[in-house]
Amino acid sequence: MSLDSEAVKRIAWLARLSIDDDRVADYARDLSGILDFVEQMNAVDTGSAMPLAHPLDQSQRLRPDEVVESDQRERFQQQAPAVEAGLYLVPKVIE
Amino acid sequence: MHNSTIAQLAEGLRAGRFSSLELTQAFLQRIERLDPGLNCYVTVTAEQALAEARAADARLAAGNAGPLTGIPISQKDIFCTQGVRTSCGSRMLDSFVAPYDATVVERFKQAGAVMLGKLNMDEFAMGSSNETSFYGPVRNPWDTGCVPGGSSGGSAAAVAARLTPGATGTDTGGSIRQPASFCGITGIKPTYGRVSRWGMIAFASSLDQGGPMARTAEDCALMLQVMAGFDERDSTSVDRPVPDYRAALGGSVEGLRIGLPKEFFGEGLDGEIATVLQQAIDELRKLGATVHEISLPNMGLSVPAYYVVAPAECSSNLARYDGVRFGYRCEAPKDLHDLYCRSRGEGFGAEVKRRILIGTYALSAGYYDAYYLKAQKIRRLISEDFRKAFEQVDVIVGPTAPSVAFKFGEKTADPIAMYLSDIYTIAVNLAGLPGMSVPVGFCGRLPVGMQLIGNYFDEARLLNVAHRYQQVTDWQTRAPEGCA
Repeated sequence: MSLDSEAVKRIAWLARLSIDDDRVADYARDLSGILDFVEQMNAVDTGSAMPLAHPLDQSQRLRPDEVVESDQRERFQQQAPAVEAGLYLVPKVIE
Repeated sequence: MHNSTIAQLAEGLRAGRFSSLELTQAFLQRIERLDPGLNCYVTVTAEQALAEARAADARLAAGNAGPLTGIPISQKDIFCTQGVRTSCGSRMLDSFVAPYDATVVERFKQAGAVMLGKLNMDEFAMGSSNETSFYGPVRNPWDTGCVPGGSSGGSAAAVAARLTPGATGTDTGGSIRQPASFCGITGIKPTYGRVSRWGMIAFASSLDQGGPMARTAEDCALMLQVMAGFDERDSTSVDRPVPDYRAALGGSVEGLRIGLPKEFFGEGLDGEIATVLQQAIDELRKLGATVHEISLPNMGLSVPAYYVVAPAECSSNLARYDGVRFGYRCEAPKDLHDLYCRSRGEGFGAEVKRRILIGTYALSAGYYDAYYLKAQKIRRLISEDFRKAFEQVDVIVGPTAPSVAFKFGEKTADPIAMYLSDIYTIAVNLAGLPGMSVPVGFCGRLPVGMQLIGNYFDEARLLNVAHRYQQVTDWQTRAPEGCA
């Protein structure tokens, strides 16, 4: 499986990840190499094998639907790059 | 004091031969003197450590100390520490001060352990050499021209250089065991779900597991005793009693059935390492173990399957770093998309980006079945291989890594070559089994590790086998030159 520069740019966009133009070809080469390597998986017929999502085949625990957390907005927003009046600030989306 | 094990230090504290404050000061001085040449620590929390040491001394004097009260411990910088920067080795979190403690950190605090600082690591635990850290690579104390392994390279090097008696690590594909092997120390990756992942920054959630790294199996047992146990805040934590690991150390290994997978001793293994391993296996045989050849036929597929599963989960987990709620934000974004793309593009290093891109691709529309689903089916085959093996044997033994520590830059140009340094460890994560690395000798001046793999929740047996081996050998007591 080979990825060209255009494909890398498309995936980077999906991942919301900027990549310097002069590095795109390097990523295309590295990612193609990794995908080629991963192709080895096709050497084996996995047929009816059950996909393994959790090593112990455990399902997610449920708990009663009760409020257990308190509001700690101010504390957590101390980590934010920009906040105002309890809201996260981002560049204007609508003019 | 720095050459003593945790067990010996705990006894010294209890007997009043020295105080936790003296012990902590001694390690802080060593860090100040030796760490500039090794780069193990991202953050040293000296003041907090001294305060914790004083509190531990009070607890010791009052007679309500636990086994780790007053013992200095260092945390891999992937575990959130309230009020202390938690960088995960990334520019993205360079200024992130966690608002809460990880469960593992909280448990060490409750036990009265003293935190010396936060240890360097590959960025977001993605790497096998510590070369992807934003803070620069850690140097291997046995040869500073060589890597310490990764991703828990700071942890392994700090323990080897006696810059801490014990450290935490995390292991997604070998990140405790491979650096333990490269630095000549002992480390155990527990069964998936044994140690809480709450507050442990997520890389690949179905594989990540925290564990202890120390000089001896006994010390690992003492640390794991504190770390292990159910945590309702981690939805994959397993609710199952924690055995007394230390009590199990002394058990006989007479009649223990050891399996040697033929796939582990094939052409990919360095000949000198094979010789060293054979000697270690002979020691186990002298202790009464019996050796059996086994086969894990799908082992060769573990690295390819891992490089689908891990990047896929990584791309999903790392979506949270958006430059909005916490972490790095780029300068002067021109719009919201620019803010997302540039904050992530500038905040993440090259290897993290590669994995996000691979994972995004594997999970994108039309490719899910060919990649992620296929990899999960291979995971099933690998775990079936282990299940069958454990019907015949009690413990599986093999190399931890295909080579000893390699030189800086040797594998950085070729991601696949780097990935293959985890060829013997990755299958264990895919199956969720416990695995351990124990120092068993040297090739030249560099240490060699032996891997022990156990059945689910059989950590006590792995620690027992390692401890019995360490009672008849002394590799775990060797110190790098200049660190003794």
